[in-house]
Amino acid sequence: MKNHDIVEKNIGLMIVLICVAISFGALVEIVPQFFIKANKEPIEGLKPWPAVVLEGRDIYIREGCHVCHTQMVRPLRAEVERYGHYSMSQEHVYEHPFLWGSKRTGPDLARVGGRYSDEWHRAHLYNPRNVVPESNMPAFPWLFDNVVTGEHTANKMRALRLAGVPYTDEDIATASEPFVGGNVKEIDALVAYLQQLGVLVQQKR
Amino acid sequence: MTTFWSLWVIVLTLANLALVCWVLFANRKVAVDDQSEPGNQTTGHVYDGIEEYDNPLPRWWFLLFVGSLIFSAIYLVIYPGMGNFKGVSGWTSVGELENDQQKAMEKFDETFGKFAEMPVEEIAQSPQALKMGARIFANNCAVCHGADGGGNYGFPNLTDSAWLYGGSPEKILETLYKGRQGLMPPQGPIIGEEGVRNTAEYVLALNGLEHNAEMAAEGKKVFGQVCMACHGMDAKGNQALGAPNLTDNIWLYGSSREQIQHTIRGGRSNMMPAQDDKLRDDKIRLVAAYVYSLSRQEEVEQ
Repeated sequence: MKNHDIVEKNIGLMIVLICVAISFGALVEIVPQFFIKANKEPIEGLKPWPAVVLEGRDIYIREGCHVCHTQMVRPLRAEVERYGHYSMSQEHVYEHPFLWGSKRTGPDLARVGGRYSDEWHRAHLYNPRNVVPESNMPAFPWLFDNVVTGEHTANKMRALRLAGVPYTDEDIATASEPFVGGNVKEIDALVAYLQQLGVLVQQKR
Repeated sequence: MTTFWSLWVIVLTLANLALVCWVLFANRKVAVDDQSEPGNQTTGHVYDGIEEYDNPLPRWWFLLFVGSLIFSAIYLVIYPGMGNFKGVSGWTSVGELENDQQKAMEKFDETFGKFAEMPVEEIAQSPQALKMGARIFANNCAVCHGADGGGNYGFPNLTDSAWLYGGSPEKILETLYKGRQGLMPPQGPIIGEEGVRNTAEYVLALNGLEHNAEMAAEGKKVFGQVCMACHGMDAKGNQALGAPNLTDNIWLYGSSREQIQHTIRGGRSNMMPAQDDKLRDDKIRLVAAYVYSLSRQEEVEQ
């Protein structure tokens, strides 16, 4: 009996061996990262998102912003020159899931916070061509009409707390407060989210 | 990484390489050994009349595998890969970045550095400096102020001679470093809807635009009581506050009757982000010179 004969004629064994063969990479590259303490220490000043920012982030996900925009500045000079300090895991410890993205049709947004005025973001999201004539980004005018109800904000915070984000009972009890009266439009939440991205680490370019 | 995880990585990496070697070399020989028929090289497996040889990998293919194994061995010696072993080259991604930045800094110090101390007016005389300023402007400022500096609805035009906060080199630098926070409070609740409409007519009149003279006369009274606090009695504005000149027919938020009413009724708030913590001093100076030159162009042409 030849060695590969055994594998080729026992499909169950073959499946097991394939699993073994392809798991080395993950076991070496990924698993040890879970246990490196420095990766899980939040950066100084990092706080769980306030309710409005949290809702803004969910709008960011709903509209698929992460499909065209990354949130990951790689440690390469050209990127650091353009976007600022490279991204660090300590900035993202409260993010579930990450929105690092994998494709840049538009620019990276990891450090977009504070780069433009709120008014610019509003004008740009209403119709990007109004401020950047050559932009091919879609317009999001409905964000200006839709009101954020905040009915699920407390539950979202509870879910994030299960994943290890240190929301306090008070945070959760007051989660829907900012949305009372229906004054928070989706655009307000989204801009609030964008304006806090990456502001904890600043570096001159 | 703790010693355990370091060992984990080392053991698994070596085990992986060893297994790959074993798989590669264990299958080098033709395994068919038919005692009854020595000439038979097939495995004996037949399907639809198709028989199968049990030949080893072609030599060139085998050597490619061997080559990649040698490559990985050399790689693991030079670069970090074996747990906490840093590799003989001591390479890190951050180290490489810092090295690249160091080199770039030297270049920047050469190209930008000489402008760090130079007065903005003087920089604006150098075509080479203006070219660099234009590029920095395109990368950092053009999204709001437009590629030509011509501005946009809500974002000031930088090419004309009208300035919210002043167009002197010092004021431009101040704007760049510290940013600006513009705020016009809503007047609707103070002067009432009639006041809003009348004042809008007066503002139209100030700019020589088509207006209702009767209402404008009423609006002038409101202006003299309320608006003059920031925009001045002559409505020429106040650069210390960022209150725009209302007589030059230059508009940040539109010149239609409705837009002016909207501005008066609801107020406006706008901000320019500070570049202080974002751009190097010499870059800010180059941009300032470029912006300064943009506004001067018009004066020169006139």
